[in-house]
Amino acid sequence: MAAKFDLNDDGVVVVIGSGAGGGVLSNELAQKGIKVVCLEAGGRHLPQDYQNDEWASFGQISWLDARTTSGDWRVSKDFSGLPSWIVKAVGGSTTHWAGASLRFQEHEFKVKTVYGDVAGASLLDWPIGLSEMEPWYAKAEKNLGVTRTNGIPGLPGNNNYKVFEAGAKKLGYKNVHTGRMAINSEPRDGRTNCQQAGFCFQGCKFGAKWSSAYSDIPKGEATGNLEVRTHAQVLKIEHDAKGKVTGVIYADKDGNQQMQKARIVAVAGNSIESPRLLLNSASSMFPDGLANSSGQVGKNYMRHMTASMYAVFPKPVRFWRGTTMAGIITDESIHDPSRGFVGGYELETLALGVPFMAAFLDPGAWGRSFTAAMDMYENMAGLWIVGEDMPQETNAVTLNNDVKDQYGLPAPNVHFSDHPNDIAMRNHAWGQAKKLYDSVGATRTYPTPPYPSTHNLGTNRMSAKPRDGVVNKWGQTHDIDNLFVSDGSQFTTGAAENPTLTIVALAMRQADYIAKEMAARTI
Amino acid sequence: METITSSKGISRRELLKRCMVVGAGLAVGTGFVAGSTAAWAMETKHVSPKQMATLIRMARDVYPHNHIPDEFYARAMKGYDSEDSKASVAEGVMTLDKLAQEKGYGDYLSASWEDDRVEMLKSIEDSSFFQTVRGNLITGLYNQKEVWPLFGYEGESYSKGGYMNRGFNDINWV
Repeated sequence: MAAKFDLNDDGVVVVIGSGAGGGVLSNELAQKGIKVVCLEAGGRHLPQDYQNDEWASFGQISWLDARTTSGDWRVSKDFSGLPSWIVKAVGGSTTHWAGASLRFQEHEFKVKTVYGDVAGASLLDWPIGLSEMEPWYAKAEKNLGVTRTNGIPGLPGNNNYKVFEAGAKKLGYKNVHTGRMAINSEPRDGRTNCQQAGFCFQGCKFGAKWSSAYSDIPKGEATGNLEVRTHAQVLKIEHDAKGKVTGVIYADKDGNQQMQKARIVAVAGNSIESPRLLLNSASSMFPDGLANSSGQVGKNYMRHMTASMYAVFPKPVRFWRGTTMAGIITDESIHDPSRGFVGGYELETLALGVPFMAAFLDPGAWGRSFTAAMDMYENMAGLWIVGEDMPQETNAVTLNNDVKDQYGLPAPNVHFSDHPNDIAMRNHAWGQAKKLYDSVGATRTYPTPPYPSTHNLGTNRMSAKPRDGVVNKWGQTHDIDNLFVSDGSQFTTGAAENPTLTIVALAMRQADYIAKEMAARTI
Repeated sequence: METITSSKGISRRELLKRCMVVGAGLAVGTGFVAGSTAAWAMETKHVSPKQMATLIRMARDVYPHNHIPDEFYARAMKGYDSEDSKASVAEGVMTLDKLAQEKGYGDYLSASWEDDRVEMLKSIEDSSFFQTVRGNLITGLYNQKEVWPLFGYEGESYSKGGYMNRGFNDINWV
């Protein structure tokens, strides 16, 4: 039975956000007997509500609040008010994610040491390494039911994968398979197996893909220790004269402001909202925003080096059928500077429906060249490129005082420009992807630019030293002991891998730490 | 006559008698624009039928798909028949007609070569008129469920049980 806590209950942990970070943290704490109020800005949408319709679903679940963009990234030109493609609903972006669940590699936790100085990049080693994360990765994989772990078989490959795998083999790639996916290949954890519906991004109507919305959140609610309040947009985190946080002010579903007291506050609103909330919580004691003595809140915004390659073949592929991300090549995710860049990238299949293909293939394009591509939609195969991007202090989420959201608070501005390393890596990846598809007879290839960001990372980064970042190795802010960050914004660097598994593993590890510290009464 | 219809309430011959063909595929009459075979017709209230015909031709020139009938472009442009849009439509169509006249045509609709029309559009592609029309077509045209089968796209799959038993891995040419 879901709990109901009083606004004046100052013994609760307030978790802001219910996605991969907040949803998992809420459940893990609740399982340990800790009282949790999870404040979710969106509504509760479940598989029966999800829509197999790209634009309808986008309007239903996306985060569409006022945002602005700047920098030389093409998203700022083509989708100026939409820097990210993330979800505002219970479950956060675990509703939209494709399910790829990859561990970071050892060297990706210590890139400053391994890559050395890269001009213009604010590289830093994580204060933790792979060996420390391994048990948490194992726990996360078990919780998510990741294929190719825990004896769970891989998913079957769809048509898009068949083309991808054939090309990979022609190119001599060794590591190509249908991925480590948090999508059931057989019934598990009360959820059915993948029915190859092809609408992973719109929320899995079969519930075969793991999402905190219908996995961790209801499990947490069943303990009687978790209350999830929907349509609760947190506006400000409050603190006392000693500099400890005391609660949060949020707008409820009717737009009325409420104050929820708290013993601990954990911020997990994704890497745009989380730093924005800390900045919007500035006070006379913390004029630059909460937990910002380093000046690093909002800085080092990362979005992964991304791009896509779509290819047209003489015969039909029908790549929209089946798992959206149906396979992966990991050969390029190594660090091999002889390629002309540091870090690496993954190649993962991807498909879009006609509506999104029209919007994203080459934003702004018109005329016969564009429509010739669309005319061959049925014969298209496609892949997504996701690689490590360089953190840069100038890439940042800041407050735009000229634009206000529906609550009258400054909207976030997302500034991003590619680092030369990002550009070199993208060009290499496009080149490999073209070779891959050419090797299986592509007649045309289309190097598609990045979409609005789903992997938003790094804006409250983890650091050993308080001056280098916002949180310590537990996601606890350096400045305020009872204020935590629990989402991808705590990433020190981005690695080549899709971030969700690491966000989940960090949240589980953090829950363990919070429980121990609460028991020891240090927080 | 409905806003857009496969003109059933009126015979095609009757409808064609009431309008004049303004260019390949399009005809205008009093208060409506129609396919030249009268397979469909669309009433206009705020913009002139000829202005709407020009917009429909422009839409096809911006996103030309030879296998997609005019009716779908007409549906995509129907929203411009509004009080709010009529001034910008009048101005945009006037610009197109002027560009056509510079090339020796009577107006945009009678500019018979696609290459000539594309050249005119290129010259105004940074204008807000062009960008509004182009941007709205991305959803106006490609998000019509009736258009999807023309690209082979099958749309919603949940009600049919996904593609598990319906060909998610059925290609054999690789």
